[in-house]
Amino acid sequence: MTEKTKQFILLLLTVGFGVFVAASFSVDFEPGQQMGRTFGSTVLTFLGLLPCAFLLIALFDVWVKRETIERHLGHGSGLRAYGWIMLLAGMTVGGLYLAFPVACSLAKKGARLGIVFAYVNFAGVCRIPMITFESSVMGWKFTAIRMAASIPLVVLASELLGRCLEHRRYVVKQ
Amino acid sequence: MIYFYVTTAAALLISLMTSRAKTIAALNLAAKRLLGILPAFAAIMVLFSVTITLLPREVVAELIGRESGWLGVVIAAGVGSIVFMPGFIAFPLSGALLEQGIPYMVLAAFTTTLMMVGVLTYPLERKYFGRSVTLLRNAISLLIALVAAMAIGLLFGEWGQ
Repeated sequence: MTEKTKQFILLLLTVGFGVFVAASFSVDFEPGQQMGRTFGSTVLTFLGLLPCAFLLIALFDVWVKRETIERHLGHGSGLRAYGWIMLLAGMTVGGLYLAFPVACSLAKKGARLGIVFAYVNFAGVCRIPMITFESSVMGWKFTAIRMAASIPLVVLASELLGRCLEHRRYVVKQ
Repeated sequence: MIYFYVTTAAALLISLMTSRAKTIAALNLAAKRLLGILPAFAAIMVLFSVTITLLPREVVAELIGRESGWLGVVIAAGVGSIVFMPGFIAFPLSGALLEQGIPYMVLAAFTTTLMMVGVLTYPLERKYFGRSVTLLRNAISLLIALVAAMAIGLLFGEWGQ
């Protein structure tokens, strides 16, 4: 399948959903109406978030020098790079869906693949707003164990995956 | 949320004051990329609306709360990987389940996979990392989430009960 066909399938899914929701409203089909309402409110939330996020990423791309990223997050930057990327991921907003474009920009700027994957995983492990919320509900012990168990594993797995893929000359798309 | 807007506005303003040309380039780049991923985003939002309607939080709570022990962990990890739920819904839900006596390790499997594994975000992740790396990344994250849940089960004394 070409990229065009895949895009077309995704669009078809959305259009099909639109038709389904419209039909649900005309025949008063409650679950379909509910899906439509959820879709509407989700779209609004995303529209408030996405343009800002993509603007910040583009500003990063335009202003941050490649050498800076290469020096701190590239090959030969060692274990400390994981500390930096954990801090950066901690300050991220949004879920996984916003971590991908950021990770992609980091890769384009010369961050090594292990760091790129660590960023995506860390965005799920240690986002600061998420940690504060989690610990207030589940208790600090819960959060502490979860992080203590996942952080070393994320570093290990990302480094291994990164090395393995770099060996195969894999590059991040877009 | 408001900090995010303020930060973006400040960054844009500083950029504009420093270089007009670079700022315009950034705006173009942002618009182009945003349009490029919009079909994938629309698809994710469709999948989200459908799953959240078919699996509302009561059903999720029912699924996670039905089994404790390792089977509960597996079910919770499955549900957490598939559904797509922001933290401000997921954590209060977990808190309520905790009060109902659902073990910490089951809830850990749910929240951790929710944050790290994305079945619904697959169409988007694929665009950046390609199919096989996306599958591999998610499989690794699922494993990490399961290990974290096990660690929580062990240290809270729930494992093997």
